Amino acid sequence: MKTEYSSVSTKITLVTLLLGMLLLVLGILAISTGSTGSNIAEILDIFIGKGDTDSIGATIVWQIRLPRVIMAATVGGTLALGGLVFQALLRNPLAEPYILGISGGSAIGAILGMLLGLAHFPGVTIFAFGGSIAVLSVVILLASRTMGNVALSKDSLLLGGVMMNAFCAAIIMFLISMVRTFQVQHILFWLMGDLSLIKSSQLPILLIVIPCFIAIFILARPMNLLLLGRETAAAMGINVRAVIMVLLIVTSLMVSVVVSFSGLIGFVGLVIPHIFRLIVGPDHRVLVPACILGGASYLVLCDLLARVLPSSGEMPVGIITALIGAPLFIFLLLRNKR
Amino acid sequence: MNAILDIRNICLQYEGNFILDTISCQVEKGEFFVIIGPNGAGKTSLLKIIAGLEKTDNGSVVCKGKKLVDYNRRELSQVIAMVPQHVDTNFPFTVAETVLMGRTPHLGLLGLESRNDYLLAETAMQFTDIVHLADRRLDQISGGELQRVIIARAICQQPEIVLLDEPTAALDPAHQLKVMDLMEKFRQEQDTTIIMVSHDLNLASLYGDRLLLLKEGRVMKTGTPAEVLSVELLRESYGCEMLVDENPLGKGTRVTPVPSKFLETSKTDDQKV
Repeated sequence: MKTEYSSVSTKITLVTLLLGMLLLVLGILAISTGSTGSNIAEILDIFIGKGDTDSIGATIVWQIRLPRVIMAATVGGTLALGGLVFQALLRNPLAEPYILGISGGSAIGAILGMLLGLAHFPGVTIFAFGGSIAVLSVVILLASRTMGNVALSKDSLLLGGVMMNAFCAAIIMFLISMVRTFQVQHILFWLMGDLSLIKSSQLPILLIVIPCFIAIFILARPMNLLLLGRETAAAMGINVRAVIMVLLIVTSLMVSVVVSFSGLIGFVGLVIPHIFRLIVGPDHRVLVPACILGGASYLVLCDLLARVLPSSGEMPVGIITALIGAPLFIFLLLRNKR
Repeated sequence: MNAILDIRNICLQYEGNFILDTISCQVEKGEFFVIIGPNGAGKTSLLKIIAGLEKTDNGSVVCKGKKLVDYNRRELSQVIAMVPQHVDTNFPFTVAETVLMGRTPHLGLLGLESRNDYLLAETAMQFTDIVHLADRRLDQISGGELQRVIIARAICQQPEIVLLDEPTAALDPAHQLKVMDLMEKFRQEQDTTIIMVSHDLNLASLYGDRLLLLKEGRVMKTGTPAEVLSVELLRESYGCEMLVDENPLGKGTRVTPVPSKFLETSKTDDQKV
């Protein structure tokens, strides 16, 4: 036998190391870039505790840039992973992390929070999270009741989610049409996705998100089998119902959490899973770490561009994600056609 | 009796209609058992019940002395493998990855394959003659090759019973024989029990030890091909005329469906048979 299989664990290690390094490099770059213009050497000094720890530079790094980079990485990783899971679960390449009603629900919550004059954190965040969970629960409950004995069928989940999002979109339009002009920009920034309001006090969300990452990695192999169809997966020993339920809950939870902080950053969750499927293949044991680290790197890069590209102020990061992502994906698709 | 599978009075209803009505039969270890019958007779439903993929409203299936409902999914998949009728290649894995998936019910929590799992996948691919395709994607191979990949996956699962749902339906005669010969060889080498649903009465006759003829959810007849493939039984179940004679190989029964344009002339032949 000369066929040499590249062992899965080797692939996982390789992908994790390479993308981990990419994330680190982009992270350092993002931390050392900004309006006050510290350079990389200074940043490294600050990191190893050399020099004045109370200097303005140190404060900017520790209190503003580092939390923001960590947050961008967390959001990017979560959205990419969320998209990956929903694409597998719904067996639909157009699925993205917001598809089960998360975008509609969290947006209504966030806008209501803003209209009530609440602060971004915790007020608006909690409202957004609540809205997301409420709509998700409706979609999941509907899907588990409809279509006879095929509970949680992909079609009923998909249709339920799309309908709820459409319904929520109408309410969002209504709310926007009612508000005064100065609030509109605030709302629009949230809808486009915006990381400029991140503070270090919000970083404990990692404690919720990271266990979700681990749970999904453990279920990566069953996810491979789910791609073949539920009956085939069951015939190979997978407890399909349990796997689907856990994946649904865990993914919905982590996406709802990050969205309530970051707003609806689009495109990361749709395109990053596809990009890595083109590069590393359809095995979820490789795709899960690839999407977490790749999505994280991508959003750190996009957020960096969103900060430095405009001559004054910032633009919402959601604009950059699609602006780069769509052409990149089309390029990879064409190249992959062979 | 050495029945590996004992099907007792199975009933399955859907919206008040019986899909399966009090089905009973036994399958011996190492037997090649073929389920035949017209479309909608309940063949696939019966196969899914045996695979534990569908629940029954009544009756039970006993596999190796233990009721199917007392198995968990993983235990059952170590005993029974399924080759489904339709294979989805939407998210295309490679041939080697697909075959390796057969190891699922034997893997630990993290689902990482050991050296031994890779070896078993390799053996299964050699057995089904698909080694040269190992790195090809599922959407880049032919239908006959795909069927052999799915069979290799089932073999890799190391089951005692293999269920096949119309494995030859979309294949040319050469590939039909190749697939059937593979199953026959696998059965002889491993003493595996094969249960197959088929519309091809001649393949059923050539390879099956015993046939089960279903009609509208009821058992019409269980027995050897010669016993089941009679003009009267076939007419009653399928509702069309078929000629039955010995095949030119001199080994077993041949069935020839009669098109209506030949019906007048065939009446006389019918009497002779």
